[in-house]
Amino acid sequence: MMGMEGILLKGATEAVLILLTLAILFAFIRLVIGPDPADRIVALDLISVLIVAYLGAFSIYTGEKAFLDVAIAYALIAFLGTVALARFRERLAKKSRNGKIDGEG
Amino acid sequence: MVEAITAILLVAGGIFAFIASVGMLRLPDTIIRMHAATKAGALGSGLIFLALACYYLELSITLRALATVFFLLLTAPVAAHLIGRAAYCSRVNLWHKTWIDEFANICDWCETSAEEEGASGCELEEKGTQ
Repeated sequence: MMGMEGILLKGATEAVLILLTLAILFAFIRLVIGPDPADRIVALDLISVLIVAYLGAFSIYTGEKAFLDVAIAYALIAFLGTVALARFRERLAKKSRNGKIDGEG
Repeated sequence: MVEAITAILLVAGGIFAFIASVGMLRLPDTIIRMHAATKAGALGSGLIFLALACYYLELSITLRALATVFFLLLTAPVAAHLIGRAAYCSRVNLWHKTWIDEFANICDWCETSAEEEGASGCELEEKGTQ
């Protein structure tokens, strides 16, 4: 059953899973060292997009179709989380500018 | 044939996602990093979901995968806009080679969109600096 193309696809899927793991690791490094809170929000956004991609690749790797639904739900929740964090950061910046503290939050 | 197309789309998506992450790590400031994260990241995961649509070739799965791609392409610019706005409003440090900053001399466009404040942005800015 496993032809030449099947082996190719399996190898490609494993390579992509390794690449995505490295990518999530790099984004996590930025999440840790990011100098500004906005950097951390960007890193979290990238990590959530990468996890959605990872779920897609993992669905091909295992042949389990249910991971697609997981990916859709995760994409929805991650978008809401990013929007909430960005609005929070903006409101914090406005408040600290209008008020007494001029320092960065 | 289908498996070869799937493998090509998958590897392309993985490489784009990896490039997005390398850009996230290496680029110099927040707004430039956001450029790498949102565009290349959305392209990478979109390609991986196209590969998923090619791989299963069932109506329900393929439609769901295409809907996910559509959703990613719809939400990535919105999230990028909100994060960029928040970063610029919080006066994040720009790269030292940035030579154009069109809002730098306008009296604070962030304040003019504040909901509760009745005053215009300029007065708020003068109050804030004193």
